[in-house]
Amino acid sequence: MRLSSMKWVSAVTLAALFTAGCERPPVEPVQRGYRGTAMGAVYNPRLVEKQAAQNVLPAPLADAPAAGPPVATIYKNVQVLGGLTAPEFTRTMLAITAWVAPKEGCAYCHNVQNMADDGLYTKVVARKMLQMTQAINSQWKDHVQATGVTCYTCHRGNNIPANVWFTDVDNTAKASLGNRAGQNRSTAVINGASLPSDPFTPFLLKAESIGVNGPTALPTGNRHSVKQTEWTFSLMTHMSQGLGVNCTYCHNSRQFADWSQSPPQRVTAWYGIRMARALNNEYMVPLTDVFPAHRKGPLGDVAKTNCATCHQGAYKPLYGQSMLKDYPVFAAPIPVPAVAVPEAAPDAAPADGAAPPASNVSLPVPYASASETRAIPG
Amino acid sequence: MADYQNIFTRVQVAAPPYPGTPLPADNGIGDRDGKPFLFHLIGKFGDAQIGPIYLGWTGLTSLLCGFIAFEIIGLNMLASVDWNWIEFVRQLPWLALEPPAPSYGLSIPPLNEGGWWLMAGFFLTASVLLWCLRTYRRAKAHGMGPHVAWAFLAAIWLYLVLGFFRPILMGSWGEAVPFGIFPHLDWTAAFSIRYGNLFYNPFHMLSIAFLYGATLLFAMHGATILAVSRYGGERELEQIVDRGTASERAALFWRWTMGFNGTMESVHRWAWWFAILCPITGGIGILLTGTVVDNWFLWGVKHHIVAAYPEVWAPSVDPATLPGAKP
Repeated sequence: MRLSSMKWVSAVTLAALFTAGCERPPVEPVQRGYRGTAMGAVYNPRLVEKQAAQNVLPAPLADAPAAGPPVATIYKNVQVLGGLTAPEFTRTMLAITAWVAPKEGCAYCHNVQNMADDGLYTKVVARKMLQMTQAINSQWKDHVQATGVTCYTCHRGNNIPANVWFTDVDNTAKASLGNRAGQNRSTAVINGASLPSDPFTPFLLKAESIGVNGPTALPTGNRHSVKQTEWTFSLMTHMSQGLGVNCTYCHNSRQFADWSQSPPQRVTAWYGIRMARALNNEYMVPLTDVFPAHRKGPLGDVAKTNCATCHQGAYKPLYGQSMLKDYPVFAAPIPVPAVAVPEAAPDAAPADGAAPPASNVSLPVPYASASETRAIPG
Repeated sequence: MADYQNIFTRVQVAAPPYPGTPLPADNGIGDRDGKPFLFHLIGKFGDAQIGPIYLGWTGLTSLLCGFIAFEIIGLNMLASVDWNWIEFVRQLPWLALEPPAPSYGLSIPPLNEGGWWLMAGFFLTASVLLWCLRTYRRAKAHGMGPHVAWAFLAAIWLYLVLGFFRPILMGSWGEAVPFGIFPHLDWTAAFSIRYGNLFYNPFHMLSIAFLYGATLLFAMHGATILAVSRYGGERELEQIVDRGTASERAALFWRWTMGFNGTMESVHRWAWWFAILCPITGGIGILLTGTVVDNWFLWGVKHHIVAAYPEVWAPSVDPATLPGAKP
């Protein structure tokens, strides 16, 4: 009896050891290319169900009344959204609060004694992020199409999006042995592969060449090495992981390099790589000095974006549901009227530099009935 | 007769350990060492007798070189996790000793820039070659043919193509394989991707055919012998003198089912050739990759072995080639 249970324990332990990296069935293949070519997607309904729950849109706040003068003529220091009417501006602020700082409220970014004050770093960052969101939706339609993005696409209720990256620290080359050459770590962002663990610095910050295949059957000067290929492989593994798709979502795996055989999604992804790189260089890196040390990586670099930042495991962020129609403010930069009202008319009622605390903002009734009823500290 | 014959049976025979046939007096290689003993658990998997053993200078130097290579690789892995034993065990499948960066070409780099890799490769190569020589010399001393040594050399050929011959032809140690469990697998996938899909390499095709063929032959032969072991079919030595009912049955079975049968001798020749041709053809395929052919898919297109199939979506165009595109 004892021996028999020992055998069972051993068998179960062995089975667990050999299947620890496996995904429990069922798996449902979906054919996406010509039959017999393995061009398909593989889904596990159990995991899809779990993921679907994370990709439900928050109910939009009720529309604000359209009428009114530009908010720049009412509040001081509204640099990006100054062209909005006051109700639309407030609605936007409330939405951002619910998406980015639902626990902390207005005070996460604002000095509530003086809402116009830029003293908190979070406010400076938020302004840059507003500009970034408008730039994505207006300049990167090749990637985001008309669906677009909002703060929620990445933040999902978190101060910092769940998927950001810092440049990897590898000091092993400095020792006398044990150089891991930037790879050989189990890293979740590349699906536990032993490939280079930071493919982002060379490809999504710098613009190292990604393609490794040559254009001819016989050697004609293509000097890309197998080691370089491992870096490209690592970036691609991240994309697969970040989007929850197989290689064949974008490539015909019999010839990864050949565009003519590739599904159209590869073109979208190509722009996505350029977009992530541009956002990191044009919006994140310039914020390096704005962020406090505890928000930075081990090398003092700023948190940066990769594919998973928006996609979060879905083939399209939020399964391609657009929030832009409810928040057109993010679609493109809004011209800010060139008024100097706060300085010119310091006695104008609310434009005294101390904008009313959020709790005092009188909202039309439909506002308050919107689903976003999280407490905003006043 | 007191000789112990190893037979396929669930009954474990416990006879006095057998010292082996006497060595020729003039062999000049010393005698076997150790007093043989029986080990019941080992008997579950094969012959229960352990020893005697003969190492000789080839065995000893092979083990020594192998130990040095093992230590270089292991200590580098341990150093790569900052000498943390827990991390070493936890991450072992991911850890590796990496070859030099391609920028070093074929020069000898500093130790931690790939020098350790070169050194480990040297000692591991010395170890396997010495062990191969040992199997050759032991076979000769025993009056056997050198088939095991040749088969081992076939595997060593593939190993040397991957880590020595091909990197030399490519002019870079960086083209070689890292020493590590997952890292060498990731390297393999990256290698195929870099050179345009190894599946279109005809020598890779041959290698796979021999690999699968060898397993098929092994399964057929193993199954045949097990199926007639109730008639003593596994006792091949006796079959040669008196084939008996078991061997005849086995032969008849295959003539019935596929019209043809191998023989007690030929089936082993089939299996041996299939097994050694797997790494030999594979090694040729690797050696041609990058040196003679840069993109196997395009090579396949050129030689009409790539299947065309109907388009399901409009062909994509490389956005980098569009007017006004940023790279």
